[in-house]
This record gives sequence, structure tokens and C-alpha cells, in this order.
Amino acid sequence: MSRQTEVLVIGGGSTGAGIARDLSMRGVGVTLVEQGNLTHGTTGRMHGLLHSGGRYAVSDQVSAAECIEENRVLRDIASHCVETTGGLFVKRPEDSEAYFQEKLDGCAASGIPTEVLSAEEARAVEPHLAPDIEKAISVPDGAVDPFRLVVANAASAREHGARIETHSTVTDIRVEDREVVGAELDHASGPGKHVHGTEGGTEIIRADHVVNATGAWAGRTGAMAGVDIEVRPSKGVMTVMNTRQVDTVINRCRPKGDADIIVPHETAAILGTTDEEVDDPEEYPEEQWEVDMMIDTLAELVPMLRDARTIRSFWGVRPLYEPPSVDSDDPTDITRDFFLLDHAERDALDGLTTIVGGKLTTYRLMAEAVSDHVCERFGVDADCRTADVSLPGSEEFSVLRDYMDEFDLRSPIGRRSVERLGSRADDVLETSGPNPTVCNCEAVTRAEIQDAVDQSGSDLNAVRLRTRASMGSCQGGFCCHRLAGELHDDHEEAVVREAWDDLLRERWTGQRHALWGEQLSQAMLNYALHATTQNRDNDPADGDPVDFGAFDAGVAADGGDQRGD
Amino acid sequence: MPASPLTEAISVAIESDVLVIGGGLAGLTSALAAAREGADVRLVAAKQSTLRNASGLVDVLGYTADGEGPLVDPYDAIPNLPADHPYRTVGVDTVRKAMALFDEVTPRYRGGHTDANALLPTHGGTVKPTARYPAGVSDGIASDGRDALLVGIESMTDFDAPHVAAHLTAAGVPFDVRGVTIQFPGDLRADAAITRYAKLLDTNGTVTADGRECPVRAALADRVAAEHDGEPRIGFPAILGDDDPAEIRAALAERLDAAVFEVPMGPPSLPGLRLEDSLFAALDEAGVSIATGNPVVGYDGDGRVEQVYVEKNGARIPNSADQYVLATGGLVGKGIDSDRERVYEPVFDCHVAHADDRYDWFDREPFGNHDFARFGVHTDGDLRPVDGDDSVEFDNVRAAGSVLGGYDFAAEKSGSGVSIATGYAAGRSAARRAR
Repeated sequence: MSRQTEVLVIGGGSTGAGIARDLSMRGVGVTLVEQGNLTHGTTGRMHGLLHSGGRYAVSDQVSAAECIEENRVLRDIASHCVETTGGLFVKRPEDSEAYFQEKLDGCAASGIPTEVLSAEEARAVEPHLAPDIEKAISVPDGAVDPFRLVVANAASAREHGARIETHSTVTDIRVEDREVVGAELDHASGPGKHVHGTEGGTEIIRADHVVNATGAWAGRTGAMAGVDIEVRPSKGVMTVMNTRQVDTVINRCRPKGDADIIVPHETAAILGTTDEEVDDPEEYPEEQWEVDMMIDTLAELVPMLRDARTIRSFWGVRPLYEPPSVDSDDPTDITRDFFLLDHAERDALDGLTTIVGGKLTTYRLMAEAVSDHVCERFGVDADCRTADVSLPGSEEFSVLRDYMDEFDLRSPIGRRSVERLGSRADDVLETSGPNPTVCNCEAVTRAEIQDAVDQSGSDLNAVRLRTRASMGSCQGGFCCHRLAGELHDDHEEAVVREAWDDLLRERWTGQRHALWGEQLSQAMLNYALHATTQNRDNDPADGDPVDFGAFDAGVAADGGDQRGD
Repeated sequence: MPASPLTEAISVAIESDVLVIGGGLAGLTSALAAAREGADVRLVAAKQSTLRNASGLVDVLGYTADGEGPLVDPYDAIPNLPADHPYRTVGVDTVRKAMALFDEVTPRYRGGHTDANALLPTHGGTVKPTARYPAGVSDGIASDGRDALLVGIESMTDFDAPHVAAHLTAAGVPFDVRGVTIQFPGDLRADAAITRYAKLLDTNGTVTADGRECPVRAALADRVAAEHDGEPRIGFPAILGDDDPAEIRAALAERLDAAVFEVPMGPPSLPGLRLEDSLFAALDEAGVSIATGNPVVGYDGDGRVEQVYVEKNGARIPNSADQYVLATGGLVGKGIDSDRERVYEPVFDCHVAHADDRYDWFDREPFGNHDFARFGVHTDGDLRPVDGDDSVEFDNVRAAGSVLGGYDFAAEKSGSGVSIATGYAAGRSAARRAR
């Protein structure tokens, strides 16, 4: 199978989805391919901070200024993905006074509004801050849901005619006469939505231009086209707490360091992070000391974290890049700025552009830069509109609307649904039948699940990312089988079983880093529910045939036993 | 901790021959066994038992420790279990005696007519081997060749009948099975608790269905009848009443002209709660004194427990007994607890063997060979917990149920059986040793 597109975007993270949206809004034909789910790479593995720029205000004021500008744009165009939590830079007695002042000055120079709070004022905002903190700087940090953001970008791109292919791996990039002309793809399950068990296949997509937006994987992608891209992948751990110990982003006010941020995110708080260069963006050690450091170090800011319940940890890989001439030893020295690599100029290879570095907060700006570059190449005369046109879900949306009566949802559930769906709430929640809650921890109803299944095929992990189902305290113990049941409305039993197993495996992977105390107790309960009550560990549908005739056939069939009950 | 004024005011501890700590299946069985031996028995439990989490099926052994199975005869396989398995500690004869006691006090249960396991449908769509089952699920047995109709309730996400039916078919059950979804008659809210359905069916309350008022049992049967295609048996999720499920099943069966059964579900599980009720009733009858809602928070003694302290309204009330049974549960019931560094038994701090590195406590696969599933105390032949050198920790403490280590009840499907057998053995032995 062979198809044609104008621009082939490789990578379904925030940058790739942002480029697909930007270009398709300018009338350019786009195909986006992603090896896993949308957000499969770094985008789905970050702490969810919408930077005010404060973190870069001392070390990198160009990035800081970009952050505050994009922060304001996203609050506007992606309101249903953003929670305006505000943020604090908190100074402990041992943290430098000079740095505190530099932070304030740097924010001022970068256009980031600040306010200095006394310890008492800071604790009035966040009562669980340590008793010995000295003061804090308030900044407009926020929390952003990367899944929702990318899905909304992809949905917008699709509305403007883009083709989006997930679970499709690029196996080769075609080069003819020093020009990239397309790529070969391996579809896990055939083009379109991912459905377990459907036959996959290969496809050749011919393109006028290819954009490499694969982040930490950019070196690997570049190598297929024969160019060197010196990505320096750097891993960082994020530890998820079962509740929000803080409602404001809490940063430690000291120069770069590990374990210096807490981001409230939906029902959880996320502790981060570390910064360690790795060789391979897919294979790297995930270690106990990293989790322990998050808890022990951040407990210096919020003491209750020391004995609080964590529900899982995950690692992400930053797509850091610096021009080879810089040659930093320490990954924390590498700039967080982004780089557009024009391979025609750089490597005398036409038809390929790579975007590396950067951060989620500036994804739209990165997409705009790439789109401007591509449009200039093709002589397309169209302005970028992504900063002005709201994403699907964020149009004319008022959180003040009371959906409770309208959708027969009890109020906390209704509120959560509407927060996730934004202006799509009407479309999604209007159902004819009853709309029971499927995931109790995250208050996700059947209507939302069905909407996600419509969008993402049989992939329950994609449903999870879209809805947050199975992402709360019980980590899917009570709802994985319910999600399987919901999936069965549209898919065959064997397909459902495979998707269900994939979901159980994915949920287990991150929980392993939280197995002590309450969460070990939860893990044992989940194991008992899945293995004892459901016998999913010995599912006869997966194993050898069972000799049913050898077992107790009961005594009721002949009507004999009527005792008791 | 210094004694509170209230503690000092109580000069004499509450006394009994045997004090059982824990109100789950093991604790209830041991209290019953001790009382049957003539002991004066008191039971204290920290909280609601974990039986509400249990399906209500009573497993003895469905798979070997190596994962072979489903086993037809659990008793045959017990002698070949690892030497430190609790079943090996008490021996197969004790398991049989304990199951006989269980049968005697739970007239609603079936399966005692044979040593063979039964295969019962699960709400996940598989079948699982179990030794005893409530009468209400017996018509669902998978080795019964009669065709079946499964009925799901539209607003009940825990039991998706078409999915369960398709999954059972893939599991190779020897009958045709079909699933349909109906709306439950009346106007229960979409998120109504299981107990709301049970209560409505218990009272046979009047509902408005299809524009007319009608008792709920008849209304439910009529909804099902519209989908029924002559299948000789019809399965429902386990919501068919709390007080008198047999009467509800009989009423539905008569109107539908088919046998009616329940498929057990996860928490909150009505069959689990019904089992708890019947065991508490048996304890009442045996004269056991019961106090729930009060955790044991400390003890006196060295090598022998002299008395334990039960926390009640902030005060530490001493409870003294000659013999103690520790039946506080495993990781789920918090009879075994852990932090980032260690795994421990919180009441008597009995030794719990575990790897130093918490990353060795689990397997990489969700259904892998998990160390944590086998965490618990190890005992001598009389179920008395031993320390790291195999010395008895306390002369007069015996452990029963999932506080015991050395077995993975979830993989083996042995949880209820181990609780009943070790509870029986510990209770009986404690009573015989009591002064």
C-alpha cells in the first residue's frame, strides 16, 4: 500500500500534534504517524507543569519569556486542559538569599509577574508547608493535562483534514538523490483506529516534506535518513501521590537540583524529578533511590509527604539537545530551548526538518516555528492561527454551567466530567440510557468511556489517557473489568481480552514503584480481586481446554437438594 | 505509653479462656472451634471484616503452588504442597474436619457432597475452581450442560452479561450461553448501591415499570421474560436479596419457568456479607462474646502474652486470656503491614520474613510470582508464630488465616480453605491448652 501526503509528521507528542494542527489549519495536507498512543513518548510522561517561566528566570531568560507568553496563550485556547493553580518558589533557611533575589529579578526581566509572600502568607495559601520555611515568591504556574492537550490538537488537525495514525512505526525513511521523499511504516493493526487482533501491515507514505518531531527518539529517526542528530536524552522520575497535598505548584527556590517540584494534578500530586543522561530513550534503569529521594527531599518542603501514600511512579525522557560545539558534561546544564534543524542547510539533505529540545509549555510555539519554516519552503502564504483559535473542548465554555441536572450526574461526578470534557460535554454526556460511573476514583462515567472508545479503537490504555479511568488510588483494581465490559459493546471478546490484559500490565508497571504501606495493601486487594474473584490469572480462555466433566456437576440439576437457604 | 486515667480505673481486665483477635473467616472459625471445645471465648475485631470483599465462594485449593490446575480434587494435592504451606502444617485430615464444621454451620452452602471442586462462572467471564458455593449460585455450575441466559443490568457496570457470556464461550463451557442487558424496573439511580437492589427485592417493593405499578420481583421477571428464549437456567449478578435470597430466586424461577442463579461479584459482595452474617449467627449461638470496631493496640508479656490492650473511645482497655489466636488478616486486612524498609506484623510484632530490598517483593508481571502475596508469619506445627531462628515467639499465641505466610491464596484459590482449616486448628488447640 502506498499513499501520498504533503507533509508527513513523525511523532504524536505535543510537538507533532501541534504541528499537525498548525499546518492543517493553514491548508497544508498532513499525515501524522506515532509508534504508540498519542503522548506515548515524553509528552505522556511529564509532571504536568504549565510553566510560568519562573524555573528558567535565572538560568535562561529567553526560555522564561517564551514560557510566560505561551502560558497565557494556553490558558486561553486550551482552558479545558489547564488548571490555574498558581505556583510558589519556597525558600528554606538553608537556601541562598542571593538566589531568591536573583529569581525575583529574573522574573521581572522576563515579564513574569511575582509577589513575595511571608512564611505566614505562604502557609495561608498552602497550610502543609514546613514550619521553618522563610518566604516564597508567587508566580502564575499552572497544571496542564498533556493527554487532553494532545488529543485536542489531534482532533483539531483531523477536523482540518489531517490523517492521524497511531500504533504505526516508521521503519525506514526513503531518500532519493539527497532528498527525503517519504517513509515506510509498520501498522500494528492496519490503518485507522487501533484494534487488537486486526491484521497490521506495511505502508509507504510518499511526502513532499517530512518533519521529525520524535523528541528523545529524534536521533534514531534521523539515522534512518542518514543524518546525525545529537539528542541527549535525560531521564527524570515522577512520583504520584494518591491525593493533593498541595493545590499550588510548589517549587524549591534554589538553583537547579533534583526533587524540587510538586505539581497538583487532577486528584493527585506529582513529585519531581531527577535529571540523568541515558543512552537509550526506551531502556534505562528505574531505580528505588530516585523514588526515595523524591519523598525524602520534598518532605523538607511539605513534611506530610514523608508518610503519605504514593500510588505509582513513572519516568520520562527529556529530548534535550545542544549544538555539538557546546558539549555540556551535566545534563542539567543543557538548555531547555528548542532547535529547528534545517537539514537542507545543515546536511545538504532536502525534504527533512527536525525539531528537538523545548518543553510542553512551548509546544505551540515550536509547532509554529516548524510550520512557518515548512510553509516558507512551499511558498504557502498563510498565517499561524493556533494562538487565536481555541482547541476543541475549549470553545465558548463556561465552567459555571450546572450540568448536574441536565445529565443526571451527581454533582462531584458531573463537575469532574465537565472539567475534562470542556465544551464537548454536551455532545458526550447526552445519552439515552443510564450513565453509571465506571471508574469511581476518577469519577468517569460510561458516556465518557464510550466517547473515548469511539475515538481510539480497542486500546484501553488510550481510553485511560483520554478519560483518566483507572488512574486513581485503586489503580484499576475495581474498574479494569468494567472497562473491558464497556469495550465489548464495540469489539469482539478476544479483542477485549487482549486489551484488558494490556491495561492490567500497564497499570502494574508504574505501581511497582509504590509497593509499601497502603498501596501494597491495595495491590494485594487488586491481585485478590483479579486472581481470586475473577480468576484472570488462570483464564481458561487463554489456556489449555478444561475437562468440565471431571468436576462437580452440582446436585440441583435433578432437583434433589432443597435444604436450607 | 502511660496508662490513661480510665485504664487505671479498671482494675480487672476483661477475661476469657481464649481471646481471638480478628473478625474474618479465620477469626470466626477459630472462635467457633474453640467454643465447641468448651472454652470461654471472646472475639475482638478492629473493623468490618474483609468478607465484604470476598465473592462468597469458599475455595480450598484450585491450583498447586506451581500453578497446575484447575485441580479436580484439592485434598489429593495438599500432601504435595511445599512443606511450609499452612495446609501442610495442619494436615489434610484437619482440613476435612474444618470443612465439616463449616458445612454444619452454613446450611446455605453446597458442595460438601463431593471432594471434587466445582467450576463456577465469575463476573469476569472465566470459571474458577471452588469447594463450596452458596445454594444461590449452584444452578450456575459450569459442568452442568444446560444452556444458560445471563442477565445484566444496564446501570450495573460490574457485570456485563453479553461480555461474560462471550468470554465463558471462549473458555469452552459445555453449554450455550447468551447474555442480555435489561433496565432494572423502577427508578433506582444509575449509581445505586448493590444493597439498594437487594433491599428492594427483599421487600418486594412496588415499582412503576412500563407505565404501571407492580411488585419488583414480578416486574423484573417480566423484563427478563421478554428476552428469554427457553434457556433452562438464568443467571443474574449477585444482587438477589440479602435476607431471603432463596425466596426471591424461587419467585423469579416460577414466573420465568427456569432455574435462577447468581454470579458472584467483587466488593461490596452480597454473598460475602451473607456468609459473614451466618457465621456471626453461629458464634452467637455458641455463646462467643464479640466486640467489633476496636483494634488491639498493645500487649504485656515476654515469651507469653499476659494481656492485650483494646482501644475503645481513646482508652486502652486490657483484655486478658489464657490463650490467644491472631487472625488479623494479611496485607488487605492490615494484619500484615509495611513501610519502605520492612514488613511487619503490627499486633505482637511477630517475625515476618522478607527481602531487604523492596524491589524484590514483587514480580514484573501483574500475575507473576509475587513475594508479597506470601508475606506473613511462619509457625511451628501448632500454628505458633516463630522468629527468624524458628523459636516460638509466644507460648500462648497461635496464628490463623491470611496473617500466615508461605502461600499465595490468590493464585492457588486457597484463601477461604486456609482460613477455615487454620482457624479451626488454632481455635481447637487454644481451647484444649486453656486452663
